[in-house]
Amino acid sequence: MEHAETTGWPGQIHAALREHEVRQVAYVPDAGHRELIAMCERDAAMTGVTLTTEEEGIALLGGAWLGGQRGVLLMQSSGVGNCVNMLSLARTCGFPLLMLVTMRGQWGEFNPWQVPMGQATPEVLRLSGAIVFEVDKADEIAETVNAAARMVFNGPSSAAVLISQRVLGAKTFGR
Amino acid sequence: MEMESARSEQYPLRRREVVPRLLAERGDLLVVTGLGAPSWDATAAGDHPLTFPLWGAMGAAAMMGLGLALAQPKRRVLVITGDGEMLMGLGALPTIAAQAPKNLAVVVLDNERYGETGMQTTHTAGPADLAAIAVGAGIPVAADIFDEDGLADALPRIRSEPGPVFFNIKIRAEDLPLALPPKDGAYLKTRFRAALLGPGAD
Ligand SMILES: Cc1ncc(C[n+]2csc(CCOP(=O)(O)OP(=O)(O)O)c2C)c(N)n1
Repeated sequence: MEHAETTGWPGQIHAALREHEVRQVAYVPDAGHRELIAMCERDAAMTGVTLTTEEEGIALLGGAWLGGQRGVLLMQSSGVGNCVNMLSLARTCGFPLLMLVTMRGQWGEFNPWQVPMGQATPEVLRLSGAIVFEVDKADEIAETVNAAARMVFNGPSSAAVLISQRVLGAKTFGR
Repeated sequence: MEMESARSEQYPLRRREVVPRLLAERGDLLVVTGLGAPSWDATAAGDHPLTFPLWGAMGAAAMMGLGLALAQPKRRVLVITGDGEMLMGLGALPTIAAQAPKNLAVVVLDNERYGETGMQTTHTAGPADLAAIAVGAGIPVAADIFDEDGLADALPRIRSEPGPVFFNIKIRAEDLPLALPPKDGAYLKTRFRAALLGPGAD
């Protein structure tokens, strides 16, 4: 792909990731990240890495940074629960860790199994030493990703952008 | 489940003899070691700026090797870890197979024990076979090593066979003196990046 696809917030995130020279895009798929994942997979400058569990992504991106590459971890809020011990790796070593989290269990969730982890997500991340940005307006997502990426890669630090279920809307979750 | 709890006390290969051979004439090899004994073994063989010895993050070693191998496709990357550490992050094997980095080798020092925590048996003392799991995960080159002949055959393949390669080396269960690398993770990271990427990398 030659140019960033800038339509809609997934395209704007993709453009921001390109601007920050993100090369490794690690993810366990989430419906809310579907468009962004597809854009990153189409982008020849990025390597998409499908994980079996989200914690793999934190180790992957630590290794990427050792090798001089930047990365991002895409996941849904339940995936944050899978990461808890690995978050110490990023914090102890000062690996930059940019996490983009699509929220579940939060805004009119239809599946009660998502609610406990979704509700705990911001606190779990904060307790583990990550900076947390919560966004609930589509037109504020890209600038928030930009702000988070600047802090992550200049810090370095761990930061998560939590994209509200309110933004993801009924279309994505109207199953 | 039936555990062969004394079996690995008889294995001929010794970790402190194997690891120096994995790291001999290492050239521009990049190394990640799993927490505990594999990190101590690598340190006993000689602390090195291009070795990243984990002190925690159990289950992370193989995935760190993958991230590093993808970022540095022209350099050989070697992960040395324990059977307990590998078992905690088994999902890394199909993830690595899917990416298929030619420059990545993963070596497990399989003493069939959680050595660091009191020598309790791991599942590899029972029916679990890590090399077979790696084959099932889709790693193209994966085998168990039981003796000197197997090790001598594997050493050049670990260093240069197009990967990803996975070798599970059956080693004797033994308690050895600690050889501790620097403990500050931020220092280890900065030291590694400076050695690999130059002094400008922070
Ligand atoms: C998440 C987590 N659980 C448990 C431990 C405790 N622990 C530290 S080292 C270790 C055993 C590692 O065993 P193995 O990888 O087989 O190495 P060995 O010492 O036997 O060579 C365990 C269980 C830990 N550090 N982290």
